[in-house]
Amino acid sequence: MARSVFRGGVHPPEHKGATAGSPVRWSPIPAAIVVPMSQHLGAPCEPLVAVGDRVFRGQMIGDVDAMVSAPVHAPLTGTVTEIGPVLTASGTRVTAVTIEAEAGQDLASFVPVPDEGDPKARIRAAGIVGMGGATFPSIVKLNPPKGMHIETVIINGCECEPFLTCDHRLMLEQPERVVAGARYIQQMVGAQRAMIAIESNKPDAVAAVRASSAGDVEVVVLPTRYPQGAEKQLIYALLKTEVPHGTLPAATGVLVHNVATAAAIADALEHGKPLVERIVTVTGSVARPGNYRVVLGTLVGELIEAAGGLVGNVERVIAGGPMTGTALGSLDVPVTKGMSGIVALPTGVASPAITGDQPCIRCGRCPEACPMMLEPYAIANYAAHQMWDRAAERDALDCIECGICSYVCPTKRPLLQLVRLAKGAAMARGVK
Amino acid sequence: MAEPLVSRVVGPSPHITAPDTGRAIMLWVVAALSPSALWAMATMGWVAVQLFVVCIAVCLGAEWLWNRLSRRPQTIADGSALVTGVLLAMTLPPRTPWWMALAAALVAMVLGKLVFGGLGHNLFNPALVGRAFVALSWGGVLAEAPNRGWFRTLPDATADGHDVISGATRLAVAAADRASDGAYDFILADQYQPLLWRNLEGSLGEVSAALLILGGVVLIAKGIIDWRIPAGYIGTVAVVSLVLGSDPVFHVLAGGVMLGAFFMATDYVSSPMSKTGRLVYGIGCGLFNGVGRFVSPMPESTTFAILFMNGLAPLIDRMTRPRTFGWGKRNA
Repeated sequence: MARSVFRGGVHPPEHKGATAGSPVRWSPIPAAIVVPMSQHLGAPCEPLVAVGDRVFRGQMIGDVDAMVSAPVHAPLTGTVTEIGPVLTASGTRVTAVTIEAEAGQDLASFVPVPDEGDPKARIRAAGIVGMGGATFPSIVKLNPPKGMHIETVIINGCECEPFLTCDHRLMLEQPERVVAGARYIQQMVGAQRAMIAIESNKPDAVAAVRASSAGDVEVVVLPTRYPQGAEKQLIYALLKTEVPHGTLPAATGVLVHNVATAAAIADALEHGKPLVERIVTVTGSVARPGNYRVVLGTLVGELIEAAGGLVGNVERVIAGGPMTGTALGSLDVPVTKGMSGIVALPTGVASPAITGDQPCIRCGRCPEACPMMLEPYAIANYAAHQMWDRAAERDALDCIECGICSYVCPTKRPLLQLVRLAKGAAMARGVK
Repeated sequence: MAEPLVSRVVGPSPHITAPDTGRAIMLWVVAALSPSALWAMATMGWVAVQLFVVCIAVCLGAEWLWNRLSRRPQTIADGSALVTGVLLAMTLPPRTPWWMALAAALVAMVLGKLVFGGLGHNLFNPALVGRAFVALSWGGVLAEAPNRGWFRTLPDATADGHDVISGATRLAVAAADRASDGAYDFILADQYQPLLWRNLEGSLGEVSAALLILGGVVLIAKGIIDWRIPAGYIGTVAVVSLVLGSDPVFHVLAGGVMLGAFFMATDYVSSPMSKTGRLVYGIGCGLFNGVGRFVSPMPESTTFAILFMNGLAPLIDRMTRPRTFGWGKRNA
């Protein structure tokens, strides 16, 4: 039974029907893959290989000695043909290793991450990052700062973004991996409690995960409401605790990991498998929408071709979900660890281009929907007038960039974009 | 690999948007007003049609001309001038001369909205600014003086035909009845039916409380207006009437309460944005409207109650700011 809620939020059309019933299948192995050295939040990796080297699937090809980082592995066996900057989904240029893949390779085999007895070291070595989209290195979250004890581990299977069903299919098809991951995380941080949270629109996934859990991992059904999967809102819905401003969830005794991350952690600990592939929902205006298991480094354009290609008048192609994802300026960008979906939005569904200066009519929808209880219209108005201090006073920095304000605005003001400017200005001014 | 080109449309997230648009909202307001407006034209006839035409045409024309003269992008298609025109006409009694409606519409648009910078920037409800202007300038024309034997015209008003409706409003009769300790034998409960369905002694917007409620309920159901404003407003008028010893049902049905509560006080631009603020604001409107009705000889308590609360809306917003998630209690 759906029980807890957070405040604010909206329920956009889900658009999940096209892929919710489509079992995960492998996308074709590309002839060449492009593997960026930065697929995570934090310090980019240095390439550990040189042009001409033969690399093996699972072999570490990039790493760096930094607190916040995650190593990168060769997703396929092949030969390094190029090392240099490439365009990535975020629009930035990142050093990448291009690998010409060998034909006829067995995707079941890989170079395992060695087991030296320390599960956390193995997770770091496996290059696991938050796969819900934030790509924060998992090992950092598994080592909370001194003095903080994790009491509750929450595995996030909400998948509140419209269109996406990759987490849904994972929970449905491999619930045992998710539950195993939840248990490993719980053990590693010594938490009393582990929960898996799933939105009410995925009853089959709830049943599958429940069947896999021996009851030690609680499965909680939450109302279908965006942004239910946002970390602070999820914690509030489950535990009725607000993560205080400027603190980590760990300070509240909570650790949240995405279901795909949990499954990847289970794979790393049980089989030594590094993060070299992920499930990607390819949907929207494509000929064959579906969920694909994709070798990292596959170009988005090739993945779309595997899904039958774009159809109709596609206005924007989104990496991730339509609320928080990134519009791709080019399809020649590689699939990376945090890319949960490729959503081709046709004209009419995609947000119209921002035109001119639309007035705020003070309808009250944005403060009502904001899950952080902000007044986006006020922050945006201050930002539009470059009154950065006033914008910061209205807690611009607390914005989680869920996009609800822009989504609900009837005059289509670029509210989130203005709030982002205010956040940037506040950070530049050292506002805490 | 070849240098990739940024060749596709990009833009900041979110990449999808809710279907509501500002124009659709404005047109819904007009649609919700249309049963009352059409019924006013059907019952009051040509005079009502004339007032609607003048108010709408002048409101649209004034905004068009203002934009032309000030070299701004044209905005008359956003629907808000249309709403102002319809609302303004509904505040006017059918006997209002056309030139007075023209003046009201000009003032409503220019002083009520355009000088502030257009839609979204005005402090007061433009239609009520226009109504207040003509009420103060030509009050005697708008409100019948109580020494013209008006109360006798009440029963005859409908029989008189549609051209001349000079009956005093039921509110005025009720006030005179109270002042004279019931000399007029005016039974408030007998007024429910005409006030609900066919009331020709008042402005165009008073012709049927039932049709206004219908429109208001549609707007609430569509999520366009917040129920807190009309609920706070109407509830408070009822309580005030009861406390002051009168019939609450009569008082919420009579005069401008329904038009004010559902369509005037709920104007987005001039009302508060928070839920709590809206309830406070609705109660304030009802309080001033209700009390004003018993203490003032002028039939303008709805107009001035809402205009006054419009002025307080920014203060109410400030006092009812939400507490940001994760901040706990703080002194700011």
